[in-house]
Amino acid sequence: MFEKPSDNSRFEPRIVAFFCNWCTYTAADLAGTARMSYLPNARVIRIMCSGRLDPQFILAALRQGADGVLIGGCHPGDCHYQEGNYKTLRRIALLKRVLRDFGIEPQRVRLEWIAASEGDKVQHVINEMTEQIRTLGPLRLERREMLPALGEQPVLLEEEASAVGGGAL
Amino acid sequence: MSKPKVALYWCSSCGGCEEAVVDLAEGILDVVAAVDIVFWPVALDFKKSDVEAMADGEITLSLINGAIRSSEQEEMVHMLRRKSQLVIAFGSCAHMGGIPGLANLFTRQNVLDSSYHESPSTPNNEHVEPQVEYSANGHRLTLPSLWETVKTLNQVIAVDYYIPGCPPPVNIIKEALGAVLQGKLPEKGSVLAPDVPLCDECKRRESKPEQIKIDSFKRPHLAQSDPEQCLLAQGFICLGPVTRKGCGAVCVEGNMPCTGCMGPTGRVLDYGSKALSAFASLISANADDEIEKAAATIADPTGTFYRYSLPASFLHRAGHVKVTGDK
Repeated sequence: MFEKPSDNSRFEPRIVAFFCNWCTYTAADLAGTARMSYLPNARVIRIMCSGRLDPQFILAALRQGADGVLIGGCHPGDCHYQEGNYKTLRRIALLKRVLRDFGIEPQRVRLEWIAASEGDKVQHVINEMTEQIRTLGPLRLERREMLPALGEQPVLLEEEASAVGGGAL
Repeated sequence: MSKPKVALYWCSSCGGCEEAVVDLAEGILDVVAAVDIVFWPVALDFKKSDVEAMADGEITLSLINGAIRSSEQEEMVHMLRRKSQLVIAFGSCAHMGGIPGLANLFTRQNVLDSSYHESPSTPNNEHVEPQVEYSANGHRLTLPSLWETVKTLNQVIAVDYYIPGCPPPVNIIKEALGAVLQGKLPEKGSVLAPDVPLCDECKRRESKPEQIKIDSFKRPHLAQSDPEQCLLAQGFICLGPVTRKGCGAVCVEGNMPCTGCMGPTGRVLDYGSKALSAFASLISANADDEIEKAAATIADPTGTFYRYSLPASFLHRAGHVKVTGDK
């Protein structure tokens, strides 16, 4: 979980950014070495290809406190693995319809093609998305009860703990 | 030595899981010979007070089916948990939320409106809705309260094992009961079914091509399907590749695509988004508008991919904000 800003501070969006190793992550490196400054709201996670991005990761990020998820990959035709980015494009298109059903604004998930040379685009996209999410406001999932998902440990009341683990025959 | 005590209980379910126990047919005699059934509201006349009178941990095994969505169900499963050494979530609803879990796309009030006011076959001129408490002629009547959110069993009490399926296949039930009786149970928290996708036991497996590309998805009630060929290769959303085996692919046998009731294999936490991922990547198009067009042939992606597992998903339920605007 990320730290939550105290109530009286200005809302700072928390964005999880999944950048592909070959293009967008390199572009973010370039933005850094070129000393371009941009808003500090994106936490970058490097993945080998945007096609590695399991949609479960996006939902897990939103569940754990992200207000938005940014995905950066190579431009169409430039994928290091030939068609990983096309798979991402198809998945995000479908995922946005599902997010809408869950009551999550589709703008909270953004897919951008950013080539290794486009450090300025990293700067621009992160700044723009941060302001857009600021306008949307926090994703108030924490106001829902966060319950265990499949395969996670179940909730346990104290008085039940003694009965559990009594074991089989 | 007295026989182990077994309880069966139902929560928010359709009765299909009870049916599955009866489907053991003469096998049920073996079960009855091996255990004492001490509580089974659908079939035997034991009362809640009978269970209340038992010592904690006196019941060896409780098989609980159905999702949890009312105060009564919550109270009952907490009681059964206290009285039982082992609790098994029985069937898709207890395991993942099941069909009743789709109510999590709506609010409680939406559900009541639809059932009591908007349904064309329900005359309700006085706009009656169920009340938790009501007094008439000096009598006080009470009803359980309906929850806003449908939950899986393990979101309410600790669950030791899971038997998947809608309803659970007879052979899976037999094996699970056998494992309990012989004390040969796997690690706590396991799903008592093979951890391999359905395609592995599908008879049409040989006709599944190496690569599948789909430009438009078909719906089983709107298109004719070849009864021999892989349904996926024909463009139907057959969830076999992302669903646990164990049912013998009976739906495919009946020429209907798999809808995923057995849930995911063990390494998947959010079934719906994983299934979505698999099917989205089968789309043949590369251009935005063509992808949109192909994706639009999936009429209801949320209902299709989260059909049995919405409450168990990472997001559990829809928020109460209305989402408008473009994508």
